[in-house]
Amino acid sequence: MRKTLLAAALALPILGSAAAAEDTIKIGYIDPLSGGGASVGEVGLKTFQFLAEELNTKGGVLGKKVEIVPLDNKTNPQESLIQAQKAIDAGVRFITQGNGSSVAGALSDFVTKYNERNPGKEVLYFNYAAVDPVLTNEKCSFWHFRWDANSDIKMEALTNYMKSTPSIKKVYLINQDYSFGQSVRSQAKAMLAAKRPDIQIVGDELHPLLKISDFAPYVAKIKASGADTVVTGNWGQDIALLLKAAADAGLKVNWYTYYAGGTGGPTAIKQAGLNHQVFQVSEGLANLDHQPSRDFEKAFRAKYDFGMFYPRAVNQMRMFAAAADKAKSTDPVKVAQALEGMTFEVFDGGEGFMRKDDHQFFQPIYISSLGERGDNEPFDEEKTGWGWRLVAKIDTQQTVLPTTCKMERP
Amino acid sequence: MRDITTRIAPPLPTTAEKLKFYGMWVGLALFLLVLPKIFASGGALTTFCLIGISIIFALSYNILLGQTGMLSFGHAVYYGLGGFLAIHAINYFGGHKWPIPLPLVPVIGGATGLFFSALIGWVMTQRSGTAFAMISLGLAELIASSALILRSFFGGEAGVSANRTKMFRVFELSFGPQIQIYYLVAAWTLIAIIAMYALTRTPLGRMCNAVRDNPERVQFVGYDPHVVRYLAFCFAGMFAGIAGSLAAINFEIANSAYLGAVQSGTVLFAAYIGGIGFFIGPIVGAIFVTVLSIGLSDLTSVWQLYFGLFFIGVVMFTPGGLTGLMMMHRPLWRAGMLTKMLPSYLLAGVPTFAFLTGIMLAIETTVHYTAHPNEDPNIRAFGIPFNATSPLTWSAAVLLIVVGFILARITWRRVAHTWDETLTAARAKVHPL
Amino acid sequence: MLELIVISSLNGILFGMLLFLMASGLTVIFSMLGVLNFAHASFYMLGAFFGFQISRWVGFWPALVLAPLLAGLIGIAVERYGLRHVHKNGHVAELLFTFGLAFAIEEVVQIIWGKSPVDFRVPAVLDFPAFTIFSTNYPAFKMFMLLVSVVIFLSLLLVLKKTRVGLIVQAALTHPHMVAHLGHNVGRIFMLVFGVGTALAAVAGVIAGPALVTQSNMAALLGPILFVVVVVGGLGSLPGAFIASLMIGLLQTFAVSINTSPASLFGPLDPAWATTWLSDIWNVTVAQVAPVLPYLLLVLVLIFRPMGLLGTRET
Repeated sequence: MRKTLLAAALALPILGSAAAAEDTIKIGYIDPLSGGGASVGEVGLKTFQFLAEELNTKGGVLGKKVEIVPLDNKTNPQESLIQAQKAIDAGVRFITQGNGSSVAGALSDFVTKYNERNPGKEVLYFNYAAVDPVLTNEKCSFWHFRWDANSDIKMEALTNYMKSTPSIKKVYLINQDYSFGQSVRSQAKAMLAAKRPDIQIVGDELHPLLKISDFAPYVAKIKASGADTVVTGNWGQDIALLLKAAADAGLKVNWYTYYAGGTGGPTAIKQAGLNHQVFQVSEGLANLDHQPSRDFEKAFRAKYDFGMFYPRAVNQMRMFAAAADKAKSTDPVKVAQALEGMTFEVFDGGEGFMRKDDHQFFQPIYISSLGERGDNEPFDEEKTGWGWRLVAKIDTQQTVLPTTCKMERP
Repeated sequence: MRDITTRIAPPLPTTAEKLKFYGMWVGLALFLLVLPKIFASGGALTTFCLIGISIIFALSYNILLGQTGMLSFGHAVYYGLGGFLAIHAINYFGGHKWPIPLPLVPVIGGATGLFFSALIGWVMTQRSGTAFAMISLGLAELIASSALILRSFFGGEAGVSANRTKMFRVFELSFGPQIQIYYLVAAWTLIAIIAMYALTRTPLGRMCNAVRDNPERVQFVGYDPHVVRYLAFCFAGMFAGIAGSLAAINFEIANSAYLGAVQSGTVLFAAYIGGIGFFIGPIVGAIFVTVLSIGLSDLTSVWQLYFGLFFIGVVMFTPGGLTGLMMMHRPLWRAGMLTKMLPSYLLAGVPTFAFLTGIMLAIETTVHYTAHPNEDPNIRAFGIPFNATSPLTWSAAVLLIVVGFILARITWRRVAHTWDETLTAARAKVHPL
Repeated sequence: MLELIVISSLNGILFGMLLFLMASGLTVIFSMLGVLNFAHASFYMLGAFFGFQISRWVGFWPALVLAPLLAGLIGIAVERYGLRHVHKNGHVAELLFTFGLAFAIEEVVQIIWGKSPVDFRVPAVLDFPAFTIFSTNYPAFKMFMLLVSVVIFLSLLLVLKKTRVGLIVQAALTHPHMVAHLGHNVGRIFMLVFGVGTALAAVAGVIAGPALVTQSNMAALLGPILFVVVVVGGLGSLPGAFIASLMIGLLQTFAVSINTSPASLFGPLDPAWATTWLSDIWNVTVAQVAPVLPYLLLVLVLIFRPMGLLGTRET
């Protein structure tokens, strides 16, 4: 048995599936499919598979079928590069990834170098969720396109909303101690100081990433500071555990978050009983009064037991198809050129555009809160009975930030 | 580690054996030369590079575990530091146009590993056994965590990247294409293997074995076990640094994952699975674990479960590792009686195979039910399509497990019996009384 | 200030007691069998998931009894059919066995319960704030957690000191070979100790599950720190583990509440140094390094007092 397994395992990475069929477009999905990050990675994979199916039922892209090739990177940058290499061997010319800015940085770097060293075999990298601003600023690359609003854009949208909310007086910042958390923290400080100088920042905390099992000490600090609002970029267990500890201690504040809607988040919010006290800044929400996206959401939920968490993935796949149509080719260089500066009617309604300068997509941003649902709010989250409610919409133009990117084009 | 009594270094060779011995190294070099001609795809070359790196790393680890009997949970620290220094060196030399070519960068990695292990090692190696293991665990956590704090050197969680083609070039080698990196890694792997093999033959190497087996006796003959452990630790750190810098060259990025517990755990696995009692053990283990960790996740979504079960299996049934399993058969091979074992192996192999297939079938169908309940029941695992909802699959799984288990137990008893008989016969044949 | 001190001490004690709940089992196993049981935290996780499942069927209180029993039985089976065979191959083999086991258990849990956190609630009877101090609520459930830890600590001490079985186990903790020479069935003692140890970990899981989060990575989150507790406390010493747990709980909690960095003490660095690696160290706060402190403690203790705080023999 061991030998067969060995033989099979040996044969696979070496031979690859070299015979890439000409009539399919393979999109390599490189994200964690095992280990701690797998719950998130799997949701993304199913979303992309659903979207590929949607494209295929409409006749595919330029008549070719779209196929998602799942590749498990175990949230590790090195492993991602190995998987990218494997994907390229298997005939993949487009890769997509979202979880972890460190992985995104490594992949963007890899793709850039690979394309430089292998002209004629270019590979494009579609980033659907890694939000580190660096990727479209200092370290921008022609081969990288980002559909998610980067963390600065989200903070711009969030602070534009906070500007018009006078009840916010004392803000506490708590973030994960790594590049994303730090950029949330520094942007929040800078933007709040510019837009609402009267707001007092009463705390500024960085805690280790995904290592805290009990947030009670942090909640004690928040409580002692007298804050009325907490701004956090925490995701995964760090947001769930934070909210839980806050509810246990009876902390009464409003939470402005980036990722409270991620897997496990709504369950934690419901458990903690934080009815419409947790806000999320995102590029869409299920309960938006927009018929096409509601229809889509309905079909999506009929198939899977979770909601559509990545409206940006929808934009990404549909725009990819549109760009290929426009370029009349699925050659990565031509698709990239077609994508540059492209405007697009986004999934949740409204106009978005892919800025040519840095390959960052701009779109309307929404602030929503989770809690008991009203009459026109059909969708709940994670079977909790609670759903997202629209609080504010920030228009595309209000989210545009300057970039420092100096793009090198082929 | 009193249980490892097998000698790592073979006895001194005769002239005829010497020829065979050097021929083996030449053969290995030739093999490394032609390998990329046979498998030329980018993925294959990357896999070979990773294998080479992990061979060096696993062998360096075995200087500690197999040869000196020190269980370390933090060997990746030296691997990672070597990698980081190498990346910074590439950036610095490339940026300042120093005439140092890329192939010399591993020297810097090795020096880094040596420096840090020499710095930290003196305190650590004062104790052996569990105390050493726990100190190494604590230190590894400390250093891995401080890597995230010292951002300007370690680059935070994103790490530090470099472009290896910007280095000074000799013979017009750009080191952009993977094939050039392959030859670079292969050359260093060969050098490192030879060096580490030579180390086992030196008096120090032998004293390491002595410290592992009986530190008190070592003291009686006038050596300080602490010093011996310290020297072994330094050498291990140096070779780990070389491996780390090669990894940095291969990926052109170094990040905190290099230093982490996963990396330290993987090398422990690789060395042990291959067999820590033999010099080639870690080599076998490194190849095996690397290929498994790259390839297995393509075959099944629950590869970690198989990984875990496989390791449990190895630990329980082949304590000497894969190499130990092979070496067990050496007396039979010498006596030319290996064929006597084959029939009983075959007999036992069939139900064992059936049992394992049953377990895999059960796992895959269960996974389908819990993870993808509403999807197409015609699933593939290990490239074999089957229907997860059909009662036939279920009953086949149960039948295979039950019958396979019962028959395997009976047949393996037979194997043990035949084994004893054949081994006695083989010994009698080689050393007649 | 006083508020933060009082609340941090309370939080520290609560976290420390949770650590002790887990470490109590590990310390007995580790001291007696010499096994670095990497899968110990996996039994804690199994306890949480069993507790979740059973409490869905028959309620929380039966789950508090049944889940540890179930986990304990699994522990016994692991010892009897796994570890015992591996034992003869040495400590590294045992360690790798538990390594593999931890891998496998995590994956099995993911297969059965999925990778997302499950909705494991505090039982309604205990779902109220026990008391409020400085306007911070302390949930009754956490008080219950404290109570259980203390009860387990006392009853373990009692069993070890006052019963015959306890005496044998205690003897085996310090002189394992002697006990075997005296003709006791060491194999069976080991098996039972392993079972009890894993059951204790599972008790911690059932209690920590609703209080924290019940997810398939909860084992990996707390695993390594348990070794710190056991080694710092000293092998074979239950009171040592108790003290070490409290110490680490308090150390981490207090460190989190201190925002001091060298920069805040001595002012900012000279601009000439501001962009170098020194500025990283200069600006790091005690709160940021809090999770690393237990490992620092471990290294220091092992260097200066290798037998641990209250231990009697070297590790």
